[in-house]
Amino acid sequence: MTRKELTLGERMQARGVSRRAFLRYCATTASLLALPPAMAPRIAAALEAQRRPSVIWLSFQECTGCTESLTRSASPSIESMIFETISLDYHHTLQAAAGHQAEEAREIAMKENWGNYLVLVDGSIPTGNMGYSTTAGESNIETLKRVAEGAAAVISIGTCSSFGGIPYANPNPTGAVSVSDVVKDKPIVNIPGCPPIPAVMTSVLAHYLAFGSLPELDHLNRPMVFYGQNIHDRCYRRPFYERGQFAESFDDEGAKKGWCLYKLGCKGPTTYNACAVLKWNEGTSFPIESGHGCLGCSEPNFWDAGSFYSPLSTSTRLNAGTVALAGAVGVGVGAAAGVAARARQKKIKSAPAKAWTPTKAEAKAEEESQ
Amino acid sequence: MSLLDFARGPALQWAAVIFVIGMLWRTVGLLLMLRSRPLSKDRKSGLAGAGVKTMFSRFLLPKVFAKRVGFQFLLGWVWHVGFVLTLFFFQVHVLFFKGVFGFSWPALPNAVVLPVAAVTLGILLILLVRRMTNPMLRYISNFNDYSSVIVTLLPFVTGFATFTHIPALAYETLLALHFLSVALLLVWFPFSKLFHVITVLPSRYILGVKFWRRGVEA
Repeated sequence: MTRKELTLGERMQARGVSRRAFLRYCATTASLLALPPAMAPRIAAALEAQRRPSVIWLSFQECTGCTESLTRSASPSIESMIFETISLDYHHTLQAAAGHQAEEAREIAMKENWGNYLVLVDGSIPTGNMGYSTTAGESNIETLKRVAEGAAAVISIGTCSSFGGIPYANPNPTGAVSVSDVVKDKPIVNIPGCPPIPAVMTSVLAHYLAFGSLPELDHLNRPMVFYGQNIHDRCYRRPFYERGQFAESFDDEGAKKGWCLYKLGCKGPTTYNACAVLKWNEGTSFPIESGHGCLGCSEPNFWDAGSFYSPLSTSTRLNAGTVALAGAVGVGVGAAAGVAARARQKKIKSAPAKAWTPTKAEAKAEEESQ
Repeated sequence: MSLLDFARGPALQWAAVIFVIGMLWRTVGLLLMLRSRPLSKDRKSGLAGAGVKTMFSRFLLPKVFAKRVGFQFLLGWVWHVGFVLTLFFFQVHVLFFKGVFGFSWPALPNAVVLPVAAVTLGILLILLVRRMTNPMLRYISNFNDYSSVIVTLLPFVTGFATFTHIPALAYETLLALHFLSVALLLVWFPFSKLFHVITVLPSRYILGVKFWRRGVEA
């Protein structure tokens, strides 16, 4: 791990990044964050003057896909440069140190930057048996609480740390929870996705570096600028949905013609993310463009929201078995009611005829009428 | 559990269970009840044929009442046909039934179903306003009449809002409201005047038979 003597601008110059490329990055970041173009120079000035902020990346119950997504963004990209230029003082996968040295690096970073460092978390936190996931003999939940205490903000990277993700899925054997279930007194940004889009992660960091604040968030603490619209609204297949032209299977004529994947279970209409706009692999494509419906991976409980291949217009629990069982119960109840009604009818018929006697209300009404 | 998860899952499941149980409970219960025996001798033979004839003759507008009830008669027909087409032949509805029963049938193009649904919704609104403003209709209407129309209206309104993605609410909220409005309709259906779906034809049959016994052609 290198220490933080140089500013970001100086470091970029040393690495041969041209001023033009840097400004282009700043303009792109401003655009991604939906800021006016005039903000690009301000972002550039702020980023250039920035000393490398300390970042501690905690990995809990995760698959490392989020780290893979970030590090495998176009290389060498200006985004990765930015990422390299933060002081990543602790990261299981990327750091050179191991064992006690790694933990010591984290302790030093926390001590030197207490109250100012950023904590990035990927993976959910088990609350069941602490043995499910530990680091250096410490349970994940204790590590998170201790590290988050001195943080300026916590950024949850990926759906697992944002909402619990796959470990949280029914029956949730480890008692997994999200970061926001554990950390209550710090600003939290959720960047969900399985994994999230690299540009979204770097842009949130850039916003924090440039303005010293977090971007505007939605009700799930996601940056509005990236998670403000659903994929369906930005999908290039949307016209086919409007016309009612759907692919019925993954290899039929509709699929070949690029028709809407709604019938194949696409969750685009209920999923908020920037996949259809930013895309993946340097803007090459996104899942729907590759012929597969959206899984809704940036939404809470996406794993338990019914089959990935069931359309949104279907029920997740109702089936023919339930209907048949209800039918049998209905016939039984109806037969019982019918038999009871017959018995009552027979009783009424067999009873001797009685003179009509008015009820109290009828008698009163009659009196009043007279 | 989000509102949509609740609507697509437990809400719809329990509503369907109540619907099926309620419909069969009332149907079987009614079928098993004792029928009153006629006290006088039949004036004509061929009772069953007369009953069946009445079942279907009432689908046509009697000329003598054409002026008086023609408007309502026409709207009633269009509404019922539109309802059936929208419910059973809209693509996403066919998907719903396929999800439940495991099989499907051809759907109509959106370009056909959507105008039909719009007309159907409009007619239901007209009939509701007419019921509220016509003195005679208002006099004979009770809570069951109004609530049944409104409960039937809601899935159309929420369905349109969902399909067109009106910007007032998020799509998942609209879809959840649509499912919940359908759930409400399913729960209300067996215990309201909407149950006429089951009773209308047997009632006409019995009416036709009764009239025929007295020598009246109905």
